[in-house]
Amino acid sequence: MMLDGKVPEGPIEQKWDQHRFRLKLINPANKRKYRILVVGSGLAGASAAASLAELGYAVDCFFFQDSPRRAHSIAAQGGINAAKNYPNDGDSIWRLFHDTVKGGDYRAREANVYRLAQVSNAIIDQCVAQGVPFAREYGGTLENRSFGGAQVSRTFYARGQTGQQLLLGAYSALMRQVAAGRVRLHKRCEMLDLVVVEGRARGIVTRDLITGKIERHAGDAVVLGTGGYGNVFYLSTNAKGCNVTAIWRAHRRGAFFANPCFTQIHPTCIPVTGDHQSKLTLMSESLRNDGRIWVPKNKGDTRPPSQIPEAERDYFLERRYPAFGNLVPRDVASRAAKAVCDEGRGVGPGGLGVYLDFAEALERLGRPVIEERYGNLFHMYKKITAEDPYREPMRIYPASHYTMGGLWVDYNLMSNLPGLFVIGEANFSDHGANRLGASALMQGLADGYFVLPYTIGDYLATAGKSKVDVDHAEFAAAEEQARGRITKLLGIRGERSPDSFHKQLGKLVWNHCGMGRNDAGLRRALEEIPKIRDEFWRNLRVTGTADTLNQTLEKATRVADFLEFAELLVRDALHREESCGGHFREEHQTEDGEAKRDDERFAYVAAWEFKGDGAVPDMHKEPLRFDYVKPAQRSYK
Amino acid sequence: MNFTLKVWRQAGPEAPGRLVTYPADDISPDTSFLEMLDIVNERLIAKNEEPIAFDHDCREGICGMCGAVVNGYAHGHERGTTLCQLHMRSFRDGATIYIEPFRAKAFPVIRDLVVDRSAFDAIITAGGYISIRTGAAPEANAIPVPKENAERAMDAAACIGCGACVASCPNASAMLFTSAKLAHLGLLPQGQPERFERVRTMVSAMEQAGFGSCTNHGECEAACPKEVSMDFIARMNLDLIRASLKHR
Repeated sequence: MMLDGKVPEGPIEQKWDQHRFRLKLINPANKRKYRILVVGSGLAGASAAASLAELGYAVDCFFFQDSPRRAHSIAAQGGINAAKNYPNDGDSIWRLFHDTVKGGDYRAREANVYRLAQVSNAIIDQCVAQGVPFAREYGGTLENRSFGGAQVSRTFYARGQTGQQLLLGAYSALMRQVAAGRVRLHKRCEMLDLVVVEGRARGIVTRDLITGKIERHAGDAVVLGTGGYGNVFYLSTNAKGCNVTAIWRAHRRGAFFANPCFTQIHPTCIPVTGDHQSKLTLMSESLRNDGRIWVPKNKGDTRPPSQIPEAERDYFLERRYPAFGNLVPRDVASRAAKAVCDEGRGVGPGGLGVYLDFAEALERLGRPVIEERYGNLFHMYKKITAEDPYREPMRIYPASHYTMGGLWVDYNLMSNLPGLFVIGEANFSDHGANRLGASALMQGLADGYFVLPYTIGDYLATAGKSKVDVDHAEFAAAEEQARGRITKLLGIRGERSPDSFHKQLGKLVWNHCGMGRNDAGLRRALEEIPKIRDEFWRNLRVTGTADTLNQTLEKATRVADFLEFAELLVRDALHREESCGGHFREEHQTEDGEAKRDDERFAYVAAWEFKGDGAVPDMHKEPLRFDYVKPAQRSYK
Repeated sequence: MNFTLKVWRQAGPEAPGRLVTYPADDISPDTSFLEMLDIVNERLIAKNEEPIAFDHDCREGICGMCGAVVNGYAHGHERGTTLCQLHMRSFRDGATIYIEPFRAKAFPVIRDLVVDRSAFDAIITAGGYISIRTGAAPEANAIPVPKENAERAMDAAACIGCGACVASCPNASAMLFTSAKLAHLGLLPQGQPERFERVRTMVSAMEQAGFGSCTNHGECEAACPKEVSMDFIARMNLDLIRASLKHR
């Protein structure tokens, strides 16, 4: 089946305006009669829940942490892009649009990206009005910095805590609506299933993580803002709680999963130190503004960095990409780092690391400037490694960070299941095969503040009001299945913990479907994953019971879904016989080791349909058309 | 490295709790405190015992989810550090480590080291925001903010809402948390219209939630992983007096 993204007609710069005019409206007095279930309280979820409540809808917001302020958006460090052109360096909506399409290696939907660039400026206005303390110039105006994949400075930031500050802004807007009685919060509450009634998403089944109570919630639409699936690799920069469950369960209920193989490996993370490691810590891409990346020129050079003379250092990004230097996009920087480590020139324990050196910047700018720009990042690095980056270079290595794939959505951010909307990292739409730095925050807030609040009204107005309550048979069935799974997990009484399976899966997926992928490795992974899954369901041990706070059980339910999802990820990577963005198939590279796209065969979105346990999923295609940014070999040289 | 842990175990809010001793042997110095607990928990599962429940999420010191009182200090003995960023290398080999939940009347224990910090959300709900509708914002640069104020507002806004200030205060006061939000918004021009109403409603919500009052011990600032300054408490008190002098 060919999928229709429902992109409006007309010139790209008018599509959104004309579309908004055509969208049906709901009378303000009637909005309160519609209940919207928002799952997730990150940038996308919180901004959507707040904006919908302001419009008058009755909103329920669900999240697994104890407060909406703790969603993983909070960990974003470097910044948020917008086409304000404050530095007068030639930025524009067109340029942001162009950079994002190119950065995504021509695998995103053009019209969505243009809209994203269009609303980017309103996001900055909104956040400033909420009191987000962005960095300022001495004259009191907003300051910008550069990020990877762009030659203009369009990134707004609040020290190294931009995600935190933007999330606290959205959280404050949300709490204002809680005070107004328009949003009900469901804390420590995890979505276990989606309920579909007569082809429409009409509710969810949740588990209260404190009491273990399984509950049914009905609404007129369901919005998933539940983030990405980067934790499929076990080690990633994601928070420990990030999981695929909400979108995977929706997928099993009929929502198509698009481009799962588009995963982003971030170049600047603190390297792995040992088996005890539970997560990897990102060092913001903004560091690449002033830090220079290098390795020794010679293999096996174990001298401390300070004793390696300039002439014996290889600043490999500056050498290979003179135009963008250390600011090449993430996928390019990660692969280049992997390549020098594969050559045996990596540094630190195990040789899996490259230097990110601030010596030159410290000399040029002085320590106070570096402290102001990156103080908290340097502090964090020192905490973790016990090394002082003011005195010796940081050691960094790529790690799983973001996932561009996600549930398929149309231009209105609605999945193929009517009534199911997917926003932020959980959908697939805007970043193609690689996301540029500082664009995740932009997309999450664009979806939540400025896109979904319009498009959801059109759906509700068109679908009309029909009463479905939690006594419906579909709710009972979904609850029964969720309960059954939990009983089953507790009843296995095997010998291995959920974490041990997660680690095993993560290692396998990282080795065969990580930074470099090839046919043989992917086929091997496709054979191995079902074996791990099989052992999981035979030999898992979950201690405790279902009716209390049971973190082992929470992990088990999430790992069970990762074990199913991983197979789809690998299957998608195997089918996509080209390299693009974060998806690097070793068989498909240019002579100098760059990703080689195949636009003839693969200029489409692969949207997978679940066909049952053990069955091969069906693939549907949404062809991608590029009328404005002509696909070319991506060059940052 | 080898350690002896004395961990607070409590099955539920109403259940009695007690300190239970666990060995934590063979721990790499590069292990973070929470990773050390992960290892102990994996060993407990292997013995078919229930692991120690503790809150955590980002493990990079920003989400504010983690926290416990370690050897009497909220988030442990290192300054400016969340529990997830504390590493075992900062302990003496062979040490005995006491691990207890954050304790305060307003933070009831849910299980083991997990506490309920909903009271913080209640304080924010009472006015910890600038009332602005989506779409109603003026052009961002139309509101110039002196760099100094923006920086100071950011110092206050850095609060991660972990609750260490409350746990370390002899009065279980939430004044550092509340004043940090008030200072963040009150230092910015955008926050001026609601500034004095905000201080009244947030302080009132703080008192209603069962937090104590500040008597200038300064433990909050010492325990704060983001080193938020107590000066903000003085600022809050001043604003509160000014608010009481204004027409209500």
